[in-house]
Amino acid sequence: MNKTLLIFRHEFLYTIKRTGFIIMTLIVPLIALLAIGVYQVVSGIVKPSAAEEIKIGYVDKWGGFDQYTRQGNLILVRFDTSDDANKAMVNKDIKEYFVITPDYASTGVMNRYTLEKQLTAPPATIAAIKNFLSSNMLAGKVPQATIDLVEAPLYLVTIKLTETGAVAPEQGGFGNLIIPGIFSLLLVLSITFSSSYLLQGLGDEKESRLIEVLLSSVSTRQLITGKVLGLGAAGLAQVVVWVVSAPFLLNLATSSIGGFISTIQLPANFLVLGIVYFILGYLLFAVISTGIGAITSSAREGQQLATIFTLMAISPLWFSSLLMLFPNNPVWVALTIFPFTAPVVLMLRLGSTDVAAWQIAASIAVLLLFITGGMLLTVRVVRTYLLMYGKRPGLGEIIRSLKSS
Amino acid sequence: MQAVEVSHIVKSFADKVAVDDLSFSVAQGEIFGLIGPNGAGKTTTIKMMMDIIKPDSGEVTILGEKLSEAAKNKLGYMPEERGLYKKLRVIDSIIYLASLKGMDRRSAVEKANTLLNHTGMLPHERKKTEELSKGMGQIIQFIVTIIHDPQLIILDEPFAGLDPVNTELLKGMLLDLRNQGKAIILSTHQMNQIEELCDRILMVNNGRAILYGNLSEIKARYQNNAVLLDIKGELGDVPGVTEKRPHKGYIELVLDGKTTPQQLLERLVSRGIVVNRFEIATPPLNQIFLEVVGKSHE
Repeated sequence: MNKTLLIFRHEFLYTIKRTGFIIMTLIVPLIALLAIGVYQVVSGIVKPSAAEEIKIGYVDKWGGFDQYTRQGNLILVRFDTSDDANKAMVNKDIKEYFVITPDYASTGVMNRYTLEKQLTAPPATIAAIKNFLSSNMLAGKVPQATIDLVEAPLYLVTIKLTETGAVAPEQGGFGNLIIPGIFSLLLVLSITFSSSYLLQGLGDEKESRLIEVLLSSVSTRQLITGKVLGLGAAGLAQVVVWVVSAPFLLNLATSSIGGFISTIQLPANFLVLGIVYFILGYLLFAVISTGIGAITSSAREGQQLATIFTLMAISPLWFSSLLMLFPNNPVWVALTIFPFTAPVVLMLRLGSTDVAAWQIAASIAVLLLFITGGMLLTVRVVRTYLLMYGKRPGLGEIIRSLKSS
Repeated sequence: MQAVEVSHIVKSFADKVAVDDLSFSVAQGEIFGLIGPNGAGKTTTIKMMMDIIKPDSGEVTILGEKLSEAAKNKLGYMPEERGLYKKLRVIDSIIYLASLKGMDRRSAVEKANTLLNHTGMLPHERKKTEELSKGMGQIIQFIVTIIHDPQLIILDEPFAGLDPVNTELLKGMLLDLRNQGKAIILSTHQMNQIEELCDRILMVNNGRAILYGNLSEIKARYQNNAVLLDIKGELGDVPGVTEKRPHKGYIELVLDGKTTPQQLLERLVSRGIVVNRFEIATPPLNQIFLEVVGKSHE
């Protein structure tokens, strides 16, 4: 078997047998399954009880307000006098009461009495009283349908069309943000985990001098290629497990939980781009990790240096709320094309907007350019520094040695 | 065909010349000692021989050709600091590293079992490397180095950290390999091991060769015209002897420039002295090392 393939197979099998890798791969779908299970158990134990009825009194001095006394869970109880209402409130028979004054029709003024200290009346109470008043005033004068429409005059349904005028398969909304948001976090975790395994492996082999035994059997290029691809394949397997489990878990969650979950959709190009950006993002970070592994003397020192790049990759998540509000802001467009932030920013933007095809193309092109250039530089750095131990070379020294090599 | 032919190699790192115009050859079926003080350029030379790093100039041929990927399968290398995959089982480490030398799995398993059995390590084959002692790890590393039946074996400090039993085991295996026609390069600071095992040596200092050739010839070159003598009775004054240095069980006699050891022996016999031991003194390699390295520092 080709030596690169041997290294590839060894690295792949070695990585997927690691406890940390297995936990990380399985924990994401398991947590989702657990959450669904917990929801079902809890919803089975706790039966939804009928909303508690709240009684509000009223004194009608204007006359004619005697219908529509049930407004949701609020029950409006009529009293003949303010004294009667006051007594009922003190006796806790009603929570509060209001008085419809004789000149209500001309002034709209109404007094509300309560035992609670409040800045303002609760919106639900105000809405209930408004509906009660308007419904009674319109009763008998207009059809019931008109009364209902006055109560709720707007239910806005937005339908997204494609450029050809047809109804778009994805209708957007907050439901669309959930999976890309979670997935972008998982993607960056997988990329950084895989490249940190690479960095740690190189660091350990360098510390133990096993690297010398390996390089007495294979070339630097074979070693690096086998390692990068082997660990990348392991990371890809992890992402594939997540991607494959996502629609299944979503279906399960929708049928079990429904509600908001049922509005969650996976953008059509999301799965394909998720895998493409994992591969490209991983290759970029793998190239950087290999270079760092070559110049640092231990796995720990390498991890510290690699944190700079990891933070760069994760940083868009810190501003994800801004990104979701203004997904087409030039800053986010630039960060879609900037290779270190591209995987996360693109995943987040896919959930909240249509990313222009040229931006995706430019982002992929720049990533490919950085990967190729990085690979060429890294092979030279590795040949120069992989077998040097002790003090880490400075940036100036690396540039000088690259120029002279 | 020489196993190794190194011709005028030079290697510099930043401002330091690590190897400076070094040339030597190693024949098949010999144990070749590569010695020198720390930082002399031994390891850099070995790495250039194995094409791990490229020389700035000069040429290295291994088994008659420039080292190719295929030719790397004919090499076995054991670095000074031992390293195996800590979390892998012994047998898996051996098989993986043997496969990188072109062995198929079946042959690797068979040969690994033979070598593990020979070295008494068979009961440990299922253990993780991290569970082994330092000496055991070293034996496993040696097995990894020779499992693919290499034509050229390069060992950097192979005896460091080994107990006397394992040292003898390793020496025996090295002599067997030499007798099978393998070329072995031994890089070590342990001069007694070099004296015991090596046919020829190269001593380097500051990247340059300062001694190179047959070990016995080199020792003869540095002999100080003295003999080691053990006799019955008193020696008394002997003409031609300028100094007597008593040692435990023998006396070292330093001769003047005009007297040969043969003449001294004749004088002793003619005086009726019973001679139990008469040996031309050669300086230990350690002494030559100190003398030569000391001179090159002056």
